[in-house]
Amino acid sequence: MNFKNFTEYLAWLYYQYLLITGIYVLEPWEKSIFNSILFSAIAMVIYTSYVFVPIHLCLTLQLSVMMQNYL
Amino acid sequence: MAGTVANGKLKPHLNQNGLRGDDLKRNGYHNKREKNGPGTGVASRQHRHESFEQAPIYVAVMTYLGFGIVTLFGYFRDFLRAVGLEKCHLARERDEQKDFVPLYQDFENFYTRNLYMRVRDNWNRPICSLPGPVFDLMERVSDDYNWTFRLTGRTLHNVINVGSYNYLGFAENNADFLKTVADKTRQYGVGVCSTRQEIGNLGIHEELEQLVAKFLGVESSMTFGMGFATNSMNIPAIVGKGCLILSDELNHTSLILGARLSGATIRVFKHNNMHSLEKMLSEAVCSGQPRTHRPWKKILIMVEGIYSMEGSVVRLPEIIALKKKYKAYLYLDEAHSIGAVGASGRGVTELFDVNPADVDVMMGTFTKSFGAAGGYIAGKKKLVDYLRSHSHSAVYASAMSPPVTEQIIRAMKCIMGKDGSTEGERVRQLAENTRYFRARLKEMGFIIYGNDDSPVVPILLYMPGKVVAFAREMLERRIGVVVVGFPATPITEARARFCLSAAHTRAMLDQVLHHLNEVGDALCLKFSRKKYSSWSDLSDETDFELGMSKRSLSVRAAADP
Repeated sequence: MNFKNFTEYLAWLYYQYLLITGIYVLEPWEKSIFNSILFSAIAMVIYTSYVFVPIHLCLTLQLSVMMQNYL
Repeated sequence: MAGTVANGKLKPHLNQNGLRGDDLKRNGYHNKREKNGPGTGVASRQHRHESFEQAPIYVAVMTYLGFGIVTLFGYFRDFLRAVGLEKCHLARERDEQKDFVPLYQDFENFYTRNLYMRVRDNWNRPICSLPGPVFDLMERVSDDYNWTFRLTGRTLHNVINVGSYNYLGFAENNADFLKTVADKTRQYGVGVCSTRQEIGNLGIHEELEQLVAKFLGVESSMTFGMGFATNSMNIPAIVGKGCLILSDELNHTSLILGARLSGATIRVFKHNNMHSLEKMLSEAVCSGQPRTHRPWKKILIMVEGIYSMEGSVVRLPEIIALKKKYKAYLYLDEAHSIGAVGASGRGVTELFDVNPADVDVMMGTFTKSFGAAGGYIAGKKKLVDYLRSHSHSAVYASAMSPPVTEQIIRAMKCIMGKDGSTEGERVRQLAENTRYFRARLKEMGFIIYGNDDSPVVPILLYMPGKVVAFAREMLERRIGVVVVGFPATPITEARARFCLSAAHTRAMLDQVLHHLNEVGDALCLKFSRKKYSSWSDLSDETDFELGMSKRSLSVRAAADP
C-alpha cells in the first residue's frame, strides 16, 4: 500500500485499531466513549509509571547493594 | 499401519478434517492409522487435497476481544433501553402484560439486537436483475443505524456477482436458449394447481424424471417442487422410530429437520472423520437400541457431497467401504455438487469413480447448478416407487411448475451434450475457474478452506469488524460478496464465501482478485503462513495419504498448468 503522507498512514492505523477492537460496528458516540475510557486508562498507566518507576528502581538498587554488603 | 514414508521422514499430519479445531503440532507425528480400502488408489487420493489451515493465535485473541467489547456495549445499550433513556425499536410487551409469561425471550435475541442490527446492511440487499455473473443492485441507505432502510432510487449496475449459486451459469435470460421454456409455458401454463398424487402429474414431469435417472446412472428418480422440502419431507418417509441416523456434524438444516421429524435416534459424527463414524457404527451394531438392546431396524448415514460453508468434499469411497462392512444405508445430499464437480458434472460419484448403485439414496437440488428450483431423490426403482406414495411432499405439496421443469430439462441436456453443445463444456469451464481462483488466492496469502475441486471458496476473515468492513469495501468496488458470521459458522471463524460460476470470464475473475488483493492489504486479511507457489504446493502441503510418493506428487505438479 502506498501512503501519500504520514497522516494517511495514521488514519490507516486508526482504521486497523477500529477493526481489531470491534469498535468499527458501533455508533460514533459509543466510539467516543470507548476511546475516552481507553485513553484515560493509558494516561493513568503512563502517569503512574512516571511517578513510581524511578523510585522503585532506586529502591531496588539500594536493596541489592545492602544484600551484597550483608553477604 | 502408517502409510509408506516419503524421504525418510513422516509428513506432518496437519490437515485431518476432524481435528481441525484442535491443537495440532505442525512438525508432529502421524498418529492415525491409514485406512486401506477400495477407492484409495491414486485417482481418489488426488481429489482428497483439502486444507483447513489454522490462523495464528493472535487472530483468535483479537476475535474474542472484538466480540467481548461489542457484547459489553450490547449490555450497556440494553440497560439504556430498559431504563428508558433510549427508544426501543424492537417488539415489546405492553405494560399490562408484564405479569404474564413473557412473549419475547430477551436473552435469545441479544445477539440479533446488539450485533446483527448494527451491521445488517450487508445482508438482504435488494437485487433488480437476474443473478448472473454480473447483476444490478438497488442502492439502500439507512438514517437510523440500520433499524430502517430507504431506497434512494439509484441502481448500481454491473456489480460482479460472486455470491449466487450459479455454478454452471444457467441463470441467464437469453431468448434463444429459453425458447423451449417459452414453448412449454405456452403449452402447459405456469400453475399446476394440484399435487403429484392427484391430478398434477404432467407428462413433462415424467420426462424430467427419466432424464434425471439417466443423467445419474440410476434406475429411477422422483422430483419435488422445493429443495428444502425434498430433504425434510422425505427422510421421515424413509426412516422412523427404531432406526438410527448417523449424521455429519456440518449437515444442512434441511437434513437435520428431516431427521428430527422422522423420530429416529440421531447421532452426530465429526465432520468427514471416518474414525469417528466407524466407532459409532461398530458401537451401534454391537449394542443396538439404547435400553432394549434390540438391533436397529435401519442405520442411515447422512452426508453431503460438498459442504457449502467449508468447501470440503465428502470422503465417499471410505464411507461406502464402511457402509458395506456394517450393512448400513447411505443418504447422499448432492445439493452443491451435482453439476458442479466430476468430469461431466455427474457429482461426487463421478469425482471418486464410484458406482452410483452403491449409494442407496441420492438426493440433490436443482436450485444451484441448474438455475431452477426443486429437488430430486434417485435410487432403486423400489425406493422411488415407495416414496411416490408415502412421501409428504408427493402427496401434499404442489407439483413442480412447467417452465421450471423445462428449464431443468434444457440445462440437463446441455450438460449431457444432447442439444448440440459439447458435453461437459460448462463443467470444464467451472473447473478451470475454480483451479485458477483458488491458486491465485493461496498465492496472495489468504486462508482458504476446502477441497481444491470445490467451486465454493470460503475466505476466512475471523474478526467481526473486518467481516463488516470487507463486505462494505467490496460493494464500493462493485463486487457483491456474501459474508457469513456467527450463528452459521463457529464464532471465531467468520468468513466470506465465494461461489464461482462457469459464466465468470477470466477478466472478471482477475478484477475480483485485484480488488481482493487491495482490500486484503488495506484490512490486513492475509493470515496464511504457508508459502505457496504452483510448483511446490503439492510437495509442501500436508496430505492424508502418506503413501503418496514424492515422484507421483511431482508428476502431478508437472501436469498442472
